[in-house]
Amino acid sequence: MGGFAEYELVEESDGGNVLVLSGPYLVSTIGPVDGDLCTLEGQIQKIDLSGVSEIDTVGAWVACSISRQFDAEIIGASERAERLIGALKDTTSEEEISAPRLPVWKRVPGAIGEKLYNARSGMYGVIGFLGALLLSVGSLLRHPKRFRWLALVRQLELVGVSALPIIGLMSFLIGIVIAQQGAVQLAQFGAETLTVNLVGRITLRELGVLMTAIMVAGRSGSAFAAQIGTMRLTEEVDAMQTIGISPMEALVVPRIMAAVLMMPLLGFYSAGVAIVGGAVVGQFMLGIPFWTFLTRIQDVVPLYDLWVGLLKAPVFGLIVALAGCYHGMQVKGNSEEVGLRTTMAVVTGIFAVIVIDAFFAVFFTEIGWG
Amino acid sequence: MAQDETGRDLERHERFRGEYPIVVEGLTNRFGDQVVHQDLDLKVRRGEILGVVGGSGTGKSVLMRSIIGLQTPAEGEIEVFGRSVVGTDPEDDIGIRNRWGVLFQGGALFSTLTVGENVEVPLKQFYPDIEPKLRHEIARYKTILSGLPEEAVSKYPSELSGGMKKRAGLARALALDPELLFLDEPTAGLDPIGAAAFDNLTRALKETLGLTVFLITHDLDTLHEICDRVAVIADKKVIAVDTVPNLMELDHPWIQEYFNGPRGRAALTAQALDELRKHMDKPLAANVVKALDKPPAGKA
Repeated sequence: MGGFAEYELVEESDGGNVLVLSGPYLVSTIGPVDGDLCTLEGQIQKIDLSGVSEIDTVGAWVACSISRQFDAEIIGASERAERLIGALKDTTSEEEISAPRLPVWKRVPGAIGEKLYNARSGMYGVIGFLGALLLSVGSLLRHPKRFRWLALVRQLELVGVSALPIIGLMSFLIGIVIAQQGAVQLAQFGAETLTVNLVGRITLRELGVLMTAIMVAGRSGSAFAAQIGTMRLTEEVDAMQTIGISPMEALVVPRIMAAVLMMPLLGFYSAGVAIVGGAVVGQFMLGIPFWTFLTRIQDVVPLYDLWVGLLKAPVFGLIVALAGCYHGMQVKGNSEEVGLRTTMAVVTGIFAVIVIDAFFAVFFTEIGWG
Repeated sequence: MAQDETGRDLERHERFRGEYPIVVEGLTNRFGDQVVHQDLDLKVRRGEILGVVGGSGTGKSVLMRSIIGLQTPAEGEIEVFGRSVVGTDPEDDIGIRNRWGVLFQGGALFSTLTVGENVEVPLKQFYPDIEPKLRHEIARYKTILSGLPEEAVSKYPSELSGGMKKRAGLARALALDPELLFLDEPTAGLDPIGAAAFDNLTRALKETLGLTVFLITHDLDTLHEICDRVAVIADKKVIAVDTVPNLMELDHPWIQEYFNGPRGRAALTAQALDELRKHMDKPLAANVVKALDKPPAGKA
């Protein structure tokens, strides 16, 4: 079988026009004739379907809408065609397929207003969450038996130990880049040996901790948001509450503590590996022997640089973990929300870390640790 | 495959005339060491609603996924419309895939598109030469045909209730006027009124459009009301395919427990009551219905 959908306009002896359709009128064959059928003009009294070999709802719909347009009568319809046409009679609609869209001049201010409003309520939310966290830490201090050591150790492993390879690799490469690029610039003053100062001070004071915080936000902050968010969706968090377990104590406190405890260690580790990276560049490109580079670090880096890094690290850990847990707990509705909240956790975490870092930089310089 | 000069294949619009649109022979499915199906046979007759039942984890959905090509079986042969779907190049399936519609359990609507746009997706994919105007019209009438109000066309799936999502999924499954319709637990999670309405819709669509329906369900009312035959999956095989009354005669422990358990009997009674109500003008029947509708005095 097969063939094409065809049509012909026949003038009858009594002056009326008959539209004769023939061949298969199916969704797969309608394409080529549909355009022509839409532009038919003049008078049509009858539509003859007796030549139609196959018909489905699309064919029936086309016949129906022509008959409606010209007020024509359908004749010669097979039993199947009649059944389909009968089913389609009451299905006309003018509804738009796409969702209504506001014009740009309304949409843009609307979006900005919504963002601002959400930012305000988000601030309240974060402050409230911090308060709830402090309360549960307080109650844990009074009832230390309730503290979940196992969960804490598990999170310490996930946040800290399993991050060692990637943070190590990242820091090593950053150390190489700083030393190499720094040496190129310093060579213009004939001061390549100051590369040691550059690498040592910048990694211990700033970059080690900052890059680690960004990495932890990407690895663990997102994981916190996704885990807690999924648990909210599956109503695990609600189940905990009904059993009498505080989700704050069971889920949030161990994660935040793990990040706060691990960040100084990871930050110091990162700075150390970066210095080793710098020393490798010194050995092979600057003519500074490897061990000399490392011993020079002790002389040129003041001890307070180390303190600056180590003091900032737990604060960054707190911010990153807080962002992850807060957004995780905010998940409600559907799985799409989990993805959205995870992204927000990482973005706000990193953003807040960089803002706080700027304040720290000014603060430590002012107290004379410049 | 014969093609005309524009590259469209000519066999595509020939309706399947054979007796069995789906033939499954010797199907074996394994996940690691766990055998889900072992040597499973099943034939679906043209124009019937075949219910598929089985306990949880017996592989009802896996069977459906094997037939529609989402799961490659370890062994066995599956023919749809007389053509093998196992191990064939997806490009060759194209003449089969536009002839079936699938309604997944959760509706599986594309969440970034409105209901109308969802219905248009298969049309755009398979028949890009259909004018946008006609395509919009098709999307509208399919939505209404699936029992949704016309305003639903421009709504996003997130704005719909569970029952409406299923209907929207059905509208998309029907977009290409398929001959074969797969429904995976269509009434799960619907309230009894919504479930009954969906059953009626399925039956009406099957009769109007001449569909063959492969229906996975746990709903005993659905089985009694609309299924022409029921396939029972147990012991990794289809152990019986028959009408519900005939299945109830069978002496298999699972079948007996399923159909003659308290819920099975309740569904049966409900159906009997419906039958009786149709003859309400007869005084005897009316009395029987009255008597059966009243709960036994002792139990209340």
